[in-house]
Amino acid sequence: MSTFLGMPAAPPRSPYGTGNLRGDRKFPKAAHDELRNEQLRRNLGRATRTIRTKRLGVTGELPDWEQLRDAGSAIKTDTMNRLPELLEQLEQKVTEHGGTVHWARDGAEANEIVARLIRATGSSDVIKVKSMATQEIGLNEHLESIGITPYETDLAELIVQLADDKPSHILVPAIHRNRDEIRQIFLDEIPGVDPDLDNVPAHLAAAARVHLREKFMTTKVAVSGANFGIAETGTLSVVESEGNGRMCLTLPDTLITVMGIEKVLPRYQDLEVFLQLLPRSSTGERMNPYTSMWTGVTPGDGPQDFHLVLLDNGRTAALADTIGREALNCIRCSACLNVCPVYERTGGHAYGSTYPGPIGAVLTPQLAGMDAAKDDPNSSLPYASSLCGACFDACPVKIDIPSMLVELRHQHTEQSGTTAEKLAMKAAAGVMKRPKLFTAAQKGAALGRIAGGPSGTISHLPAPLSGWSDSRDTAAPPKQTFRAWLASAEGAATMSAAAEEGARRTADDHKEDR
Amino acid sequence: MRIGLFATCLGDTLFPEAVKSTAVLLARLGHDVVFPPDQTCCGQMHVNTGYQREPVPLVRRFAEQFGDASIDAVVMPSGSCAGCVRHQHEIVAERYGDASLRAGVATVKAKTYELSEFLVDVLGVSQVGAYFPHRVTYHPTCHSLRMLRVGDKPLKLLRAVEGIDLVELPEADSCCGFGGTFAVKNAETSTAMLQDKMRNIATTEAAVCTAGDSSCLMHIAGGLSRIRSGTRTLHLAQILGSTRIAPYALTEAAR
Ligand code: SF4
Repeated sequence: MSTFLGMPAAPPRSPYGTGNLRGDRKFPKAAHDELRNEQLRRNLGRATRTIRTKRLGVTGELPDWEQLRDAGSAIKTDTMNRLPELLEQLEQKVTEHGGTVHWARDGAEANEIVARLIRATGSSDVIKVKSMATQEIGLNEHLESIGITPYETDLAELIVQLADDKPSHILVPAIHRNRDEIRQIFLDEIPGVDPDLDNVPAHLAAAARVHLREKFMTTKVAVSGANFGIAETGTLSVVESEGNGRMCLTLPDTLITVMGIEKVLPRYQDLEVFLQLLPRSSTGERMNPYTSMWTGVTPGDGPQDFHLVLLDNGRTAALADTIGREALNCIRCSACLNVCPVYERTGGHAYGSTYPGPIGAVLTPQLAGMDAAKDDPNSSLPYASSLCGACFDACPVKIDIPSMLVELRHQHTEQSGTTAEKLAMKAAAGVMKRPKLFTAAQKGAALGRIAGGPSGTISHLPAPLSGWSDSRDTAAPPKQTFRAWLASAEGAATMSAAAEEGARRTADDHKEDR
Repeated sequence: MRIGLFATCLGDTLFPEAVKSTAVLLARLGHDVVFPPDQTCCGQMHVNTGYQREPVPLVRRFAEQFGDASIDAVVMPSGSCAGCVRHQHEIVAERYGDASLRAGVATVKAKTYELSEFLVDVLGVSQVGAYFPHRVTYHPTCHSLRMLRVGDKPLKLLRAVEGIDLVELPEADSCCGFGGTFAVKNAETSTAMLQDKMRNIATTEAAVCTAGDSSCLMHIAGGLSRIRSGTRTLHLAQILGSTRIAPYALTEAAR
C-alpha cells in the first residue's frame, strides 16, 4: 500500500473535536487557574530545577555534545526530506519480519484499528507502555468507551490514570503531584492496597509494582508507542526507566505499536546519536536504564503477533509547512519544557494538549490547526511564550522554537481577518512610518505626564492594558524626547563638549602611539 | 568612525536618558555620532506579535535611514531591537519585500550592533572611563543573551567601571517575563515570572539593577515600584555614561 505523503492537495489536520490536541479554554484563562495553585507551582519549580541541573551536568561532560546536536538535527532533517520513501521501506522491512503494518490517517482511524486488533484476540484488557501517540489520539478513552480496559504500566502514567487526571509533562506525566498526593491516590484507587501505606517513594513504588505485576502476568495484549522506527531494518525501539515497558513488550502474545510517522530513522546506526541525545536531554542520565528493540516477530520469543500502526494525524500537514516542518524533528525529550519559564509557572494542563510547553505550543497548532473554529483555543498557544529562547538553547536537535512561534503568530493573524489588534498594529505602523506623525505622537505621549499626576507614576491603565497595570507601575513619559533634546541648545552643547573630549582623547592616543 | 545612532522608538520617547548616555559615550570615545532624523521604529513589536506585512514600511525606512555608505556602524542601546534588525528584518523582506529591500536589509544587518557588543567587539574597549560608586546587579536580557549572544560583554564593561560594587544576580539568565505583548496577553504568567526576578534582585541588596534593554527594565521597574522596593533600574548605557566629572545622580533613576 502506498501513502498519501507528498501529494499536492492540502493534507488534513487532526480533526477538530477528536483526541487530545486541543483544550477547551485559551491559554491565559487556563493558566489563570494553574497559577493560583501554589502546590503545583512549588512541585513544578522544584522538579524542573532538579532536572535542569542534572541535564547541564551530563551534557557538559560530553566533549562532542554540540556535534551530537548537529548530527541529530541533520539526521532528522534528512528524514523529513524523504519521509514517504523511508516509511515505505519501514513497512516493507516490518512485513518481511512477520509484522503487519497499518496506516492511520488520523486518530479516529488509529483508534479503530487498535480496537479491532484487540477484539480479534478476544481480550478485554490491555497493558500499555507509556506513549505520547496514544495519549494524543485518546486511545484509552476510546477503548474504555467500547468496553476494553487499558492499564497504564509506567508509574507516573499509572498515577495520572488512577487519579482520572491528565498528564502534565511529556516525560514526567505526574510532575505536578507530590508524594502525599500520590499516596492518597493509591489508597483510594488501587484495590487491596495496604491501608497503612506511607509516603516513602520506595513503598509507593512497591505498592504499584504489586498491582502491576498481576496485570503483566495475566494480560495477553499490549499497546506501546515507539521512540524510534528504523527504516533500514524494520526495528522498533522504546527507551524507558522502569522496565515496565520491557515487561509489556515481551510478555503478551500480541503487541500493537502506535507510532507517529515522524519517528522513523533511516539507519540502525542513527540510534548511536539519539541514544546519547535523548536520555541526557530528558532525564539528565548518561543512559536510560532500559532500551528495548524488536524486529517483527521471533518464533518462540516474545509476542507472536506484532502490529505497527503508522499515525499521520496532521503530521503530513506539518510537513507541508516549509517553516513549521522543523517541529517534526522533535524527539520528545522534554528539555524545552524543563527550561521554559512559562511552563515552570503554569504546568502542562494550561496548554490543553498532550504536547505542552514550548514544543507543544508549536507542534499542537501544526497538527490540529489553530483556526479550525471561532476562538479556537489553539490560537492562543503561539502567544504562550515570552520568546526568551531558552528552549532553543536546550533542544538536542536544535529546533528553533522561538522563530516558529513568531511564524505561527503571523500565520494566525493572517488567517484571522480584521481584528481590533490588527487595526491597532496597522495604525501604529502607519504612524511610525511617517516621522512627522511619529513626532506628533510622541508629543501626545508626553501628555501622558498628566495621567502620571504629581508622583509621575501611572498605576492604572484601561483594558487591554489593565493586566499590565495590575502588577506594574508605569513611569509617566519624560518631558522631552531624545530627538527634542538633541535639537535643543542643551543637547547641542552636551554633544559638542563630548566631541571635544573625544578629539582630545584621540589626539592623546595618537601621541602614545608615536 | 561615523556611527549612526538608532534611538529606538521606546528609547526616544520614554527613556531618552539611556539614548543620551549612548550618544555622549560614543562621542567621548572619539566617534562621529550622527542621528538620521527620519528614523522611527524597527518594527519588533509588530513582528513578535505576529504581523509581518504591517512593518514592511518600517523595515524599509530603517534601511534607508542607515543604509548610507558614509555610516560605518549602526548602534543602539537595545539588544532586542538589534536582534530584530539582525534576524527579523530579513524574514519580513524575504516574505513581503522586493529585491531592493532585501539588498538594503542585508547592507544594514551587517553593520548593526547593540551597544555593549559594539564597544567590546568593534571598538575593542572595555574601560570607557566610567565612574559609578554604587552596588549594581546585572540582568542579561533574553534577546541580548540568546539572539545576539552578547555573552559577558556587558559584565566586562561593568567590571571596568570605577567605584562600582558589582554583585551577581541569582538565576540571572531566566527571563524577567516581559516579552513585549506577552506581558499584556499573558499578564498573569508574566507577573509570576517578574515576581521571581524581583525576589532574586532583592537578595543582591543592590541599589541598581541594570540591563541592556529599556523595555525589560520598564517591566522590572514597574514591578519594583509597585512593591516599593529600594532598588532602581538603570540602563547599562547610563552607568557607562556616568563619569567623575558628571556622575549620574541616583535619585533620577526610574523606580
Ligand atoms: S523540541 Fe527539542 S527540547 Fe523540546 S521535547 Fe522536542 S527535542 Fe526535546
